Order: sequence, then structure tokens, then C-alpha cells
Amino acid sequence: MAKVKYKEILFDPIFKSNPITLQVLGICSALAVTTKLETALVMSLAVTVVVAFSNLFVSLIRNYVPSSIRILVEMTIIASLVIIADQFIKAFAYDVSKQLSVYVGLIITNCIVMGRAEAYALKNPPLQSFMDGVGNGLGYAVILLVVGFMRELFGSGKFFGISIFPLTTDGGWYQGNGLMLLAPSAFFLIAMFIWVLRTFYPEQVEEK
Amino acid sequence: MIEHYLSLFVKSIFIENMALAFFLGMCTFMAVSKKVDTAIGLGIAVVFVQAITVPVNNLIYQNVLKEGSLAWAGLESVDLTFLGLITYIGVIAAIVQILEMILDKYVPSLYNSLGIFLPLITVNCAILGGSLFMVERNYNFGESVVYGFGSGFGWALAIVALAGIREKMKYSNVPEGLRGLGITFITAGLMAIAFMLFSGIQL
Repeated sequence: MAKVKYKEILFDPIFKSNPITLQVLGICSALAVTTKLETALVMSLAVTVVVAFSNLFVSLIRNYVPSSIRILVEMTIIASLVIIADQFIKAFAYDVSKQLSVYVGLIITNCIVMGRAEAYALKNPPLQSFMDGVGNGLGYAVILLVVGFMRELFGSGKFFGISIFPLTTDGGWYQGNGLMLLAPSAFFLIAMFIWVLRTFYPEQVEEK
Repeated sequence: MIEHYLSLFVKSIFIENMALAFFLGMCTFMAVSKKVDTAIGLGIAVVFVQAITVPVNNLIYQNVLKEGSLAWAGLESVDLTFLGLITYIGVIAAIVQILEMILDKYVPSLYNSLGIFLPLITVNCAILGGSLFMVERNYNFGESVVYGFGSGFGWALAIVALAGIREKMKYSNVPEGLRGLGITFITAGLMAIAFMLFSGIQL
């Protein structure tokens, strides 16, 4: 048996098979929580933890669950993990949890979690699945952080809430870009990200 | 009274459009919008499921999960809201399953045209999002019926519109790296900007 390449399992999803840009998974939350870097960071941490552990648990029980009820079982595992994550965020970062509103709960239906459980964890041993989960979570995090960084920097001239470009409204020189604060800008930023990524990995370009 | 419900209905379709204002159900929104026909099928399925699950979850929330709502069973101080997520997703999965069986038995033509989309709806975030917003805004039963139907309808409207645009876009020459997913993102972004024009409206 070939040696399992943990490094590739862990790092491939970040650029080569990124869950958002290539697999079209988990877009909803990527758009809604990225106005600020702080919320983006909390959200990506939560998703990474949930994906990693749901992959681990699904993989652990994969040989004992009949395939007809597997979706229900997966849902239960994911939902329990999300509830734990939700309670954690509420306990340690209450302000952020208010801003994230329903989107933490929506990690349950975030297709990354479900998609990786179905596509990877059901067929592979626990440790690899765990790595795959962490990798995909990081791939998701990269996009969220890049988009969150651009939106916060150009929209309100801040970085993690610290002023970088002083705004004209506070007597500075930078006129905040209002579009960046609005949700549609996330669409354009992700589209640009996809464009850049596909220029470097031409094999990802879609057929016409 | 009717005016209140009507304004909630219009609000949930246009001003608070599930897909273009809250970005819920984006995965399917992007992936299943290549053809208008399939988009219409999926849209109808979403309206169906949304209009049923939101009121049902509302009943469960008001009578079982909400703090103090178990008073009828002699448990005044029990707060089960932390079980919310797992309950809602369970209800949604169950209702999708039941709906599938009912449609298969009594309306086979609709069942066949919806095909794979029905089971897919379980993991559509717009459905769970609808239930969560209902809880967050504390709707009563009547409001939740209207909200469920309206938000489902708004989502259906958005995906059909996007599919229409994508069908036209087949004839245009898109830069290589943007083909497929990239240009769809940009289109959806432009649509979202267009929908923002409703956002200041007070009803």
C-alpha cells in the first residue's frame, strides 16, 4: 500500500481543490459574514472545527451505519457539533455571536460539512478524514479571510477594528468605499479570486 | 390586519429576499441555475417545503422549546432553546421525506419533474435560514405561514431570474478564468445590487 500523503490531504484543498472556488460548496456563509475580519475569523474557526470533527466521527462509524439512514446520522452528528460551537461562541465572544446571528446555525447546512462527509469521510479511515476536514476548513478560511480583509480595509479603512486609513468622516483623508460594505461586493471579490486562481491552475477552467 | 400580513409577504419576497439579500441557499443557487426548466422545478420545491416547515417549526418553538412554554406540562422554568438547531433540521428532513412520499403517491407528475431536487432541499440553507429568522424575529403562527411562503417564493424568483440570464450568457465570450462559476458570481452580485433598490422601502 502506498504511503498516505497527509501533507497533500491537508494542503491540497487550500488552493488546488478549494471548496468554495472549485467544488461550489459553502458559499452562503462566505458572503454574509465577511464585512469584518473579526466575524470572518470566528466563522472560519467554527467551520474548520466542525468539518474536522464531523469528518472524524463520520469516518469512525462509517462501517456500522447502513447507507439508507446515513444522511440522518450525519445530520445528527453535524447538528450536535454545531450546537457545541454555537454555545462556545456565545460564551466567549458574545458580541461576535450577535453579529453572526443565524449564520452559525447555518453551518449545519453548510454544504462543505455535508459534502466532505459524503465524499471523503465515508470512504476513508479516521485520521485521513480528520486531515481532509482541517484542510477544507482552511481552504474555506483563506477565502473568508481574504474577502474579509479587503472589505474591511477598503470599506471602512480598518484592520481588525484598528484604523489603518483614517476616514474623512473622522477628519482623515480616506473616503470609505461604500460598495465594499454592501453584500454584493463579496460576490465580485470571490469572482476575482476565482479568476486569479484559475489563471495559475489552468486545469480548473470550465468548458465553454 | 390583512395589511400587516400583505406587507410582510411583500417584504419577505423583495426587501428581504432570501437569496439576494441574505445569501442563503447560495450553493444550490449557483450550482442548479444552468437551465430555466430545472430552476423552476427547484423553485417550486423550495416554496412547498418552506411554506410547510416554517409554520411547523414555529408551532414546535412556541409550544415546546421556548423558555417557559412547557408550563402546560408543569415545567415552568425549562428552557430548551439550545435544542433548536437539531430539532429544526430534524423537522425539515422529516418533512422533505414525507412530502416526497406523498407526492410520489398522489401527484406522480410533479414528483417526476422535481426528481432529485426534493432530497437536496434538506441541505439548502434557505430552508433552515427561514426557520431561524422566524425564531429570531419572534413571529406568531399566522406571520410564520406568510413568511414561509413569501421567502420561498422570493428565492424561487431569484433562481429563475439567474437561470434566465445564464442561458443568455451562453452566447457571450467570457474570459477563460471567469468561465462558469466566476461569471455566475458576478451576475449574482449585479442582481443583488439591483435588489438593493428595494431595501429602503418601508411598508
